[in-house]
Amino acid sequence: MNVSVDQDQAFIDDVHVIAEEVAAKNADAVDRDARFPVETIAALREKQALSAFVPGELGGAGVSFEAIAGACYELGRHCGASAMVFAMHQIQVATIVRHLDDAPWFEDYLRELVGEQRLIASVTSEVGTGGDMARSIASVEPAGDGLGRFEKQAPTVSYGAYADDLLTTLRRSPDAEPGDQVCVLTHKGQHTLEPTGSWDPLGMRGTCSPGNVVRAELPLEQILPTQFARVMNESMVPISHILWSHLWLGISSDAFDRARTFVRAAAKRKPGEQLPAAIRLSELMSELSLLRAEVHSGLREFVEASAEDRSRLSEMATILRFNNLKIAASEQAPRVCQGALGVCGIVGFKNDTPFSVGRHLRDTMSACLMVANERIHQTNASLLLIAKEV
Amino acid sequence: MHDEIRQVISEHARLPVDVQTLSDDADLYEAGMTSHASVNVMLGLEDRFDIEFPDRMLKRSVFESIGSIAAALSELRTEAAV
Repeated sequence: MNVSVDQDQAFIDDVHVIAEEVAAKNADAVDRDARFPVETIAALREKQALSAFVPGELGGAGVSFEAIAGACYELGRHCGASAMVFAMHQIQVATIVRHLDDAPWFEDYLRELVGEQRLIASVTSEVGTGGDMARSIASVEPAGDGLGRFEKQAPTVSYGAYADDLLTTLRRSPDAEPGDQVCVLTHKGQHTLEPTGSWDPLGMRGTCSPGNVVRAELPLEQILPTQFARVMNESMVPISHILWSHLWLGISSDAFDRARTFVRAAAKRKPGEQLPAAIRLSELMSELSLLRAEVHSGLREFVEASAEDRSRLSEMATILRFNNLKIAASEQAPRVCQGALGVCGIVGFKNDTPFSVGRHLRDTMSACLMVANERIHQTNASLLLIAKEV
Repeated sequence: MHDEIRQVISEHARLPVDVQTLSDDADLYEAGMTSHASVNVMLGLEDRFDIEFPDRMLKRSVFESIGSIAAALSELRTEAAV
């Protein structure tokens, strides 16, 4: 027990240092130039952070899921895009770790991931599915000699050009129904990415997520054995919502800290005076604490359900719970950042002051679009018809 | 019971195939039942059999085949009889 606690702490400490010393320094340039946070990812690689969640028996550090979530929060406090790249990678790693079902190819792959600190991107969204990850159009087509191939039109592939591997959802075969999906892992060299658009967005600019046509040919053993429907409910969706919400909390916490620093400086200039900004800061603290409470309880419930009986995560009431986390956190995070802007005023609005929160606001505004909240509400509306205790 | 389940499925599952061509253990999701349609199947079953599925049963594995639905319904009836 102590070993794992020590390991978690060492990992969090490493990420904390990287966030403060590397991610923070490059955050403005990453944002301004919409460029990949190469320095942060290189530093994370050097500390073996990309494989931290891989279990010890496969060579990884085997840190807890809570530690991964904590790392997303730490990075989020200093560079939202770095945190998002890290979170998305960890979503893929955790998905593979939880669903490899002793498949030898995937066990070997995780060992390689540890040795080479490979970065995984995901190709889950698809043009023509209306944002529904539970349906695919592209399929694994047989290519002879134990090989398969696919071509998928993806509206966004985050950091695809910088990833070593891609995890792609596809229909199991050309005659499979849209919901009969599998996950396929391909290496650079097995797949090609043909960009279909540019990348000049409002926020999360360093994630470098243009649309792409993804084409690949691969040995069939690179198909994850577990059916994607299970992978999605038990891991990919709740883990995405938890890790994303942790980094949104990180961004919002930094925006709050900037507002607090601003108010403290103002208070020191005018000792004894009642400052309107100080009242606004107090109001903002309650908004932030609502966000924090939702994010932390979501994590706790996920860890409990995973430890007791993972199939509980497939129950509709549980699906609703983690969908709710995503909706609540994605709406609350930009609200906190906008509140911080209200506290700081013009110096928060300007991009080059210690109190600038423009990037925070823009980064968190992407939250409601990452799997559109509208889409999640549609799912929830349907599940609410039948779920009992929510 | 199986015939009644098939009736509910044919009314609500919106399968691209005739439900009569499916065996009791055929995977309904693989046959094309979407999660949205599956909720309508659940509502239809609750209505037809005058039962309520508890949350622990409201998951994909319980509704993936005619056989698994029948097993869940039998379990609920046994519980109600006790």
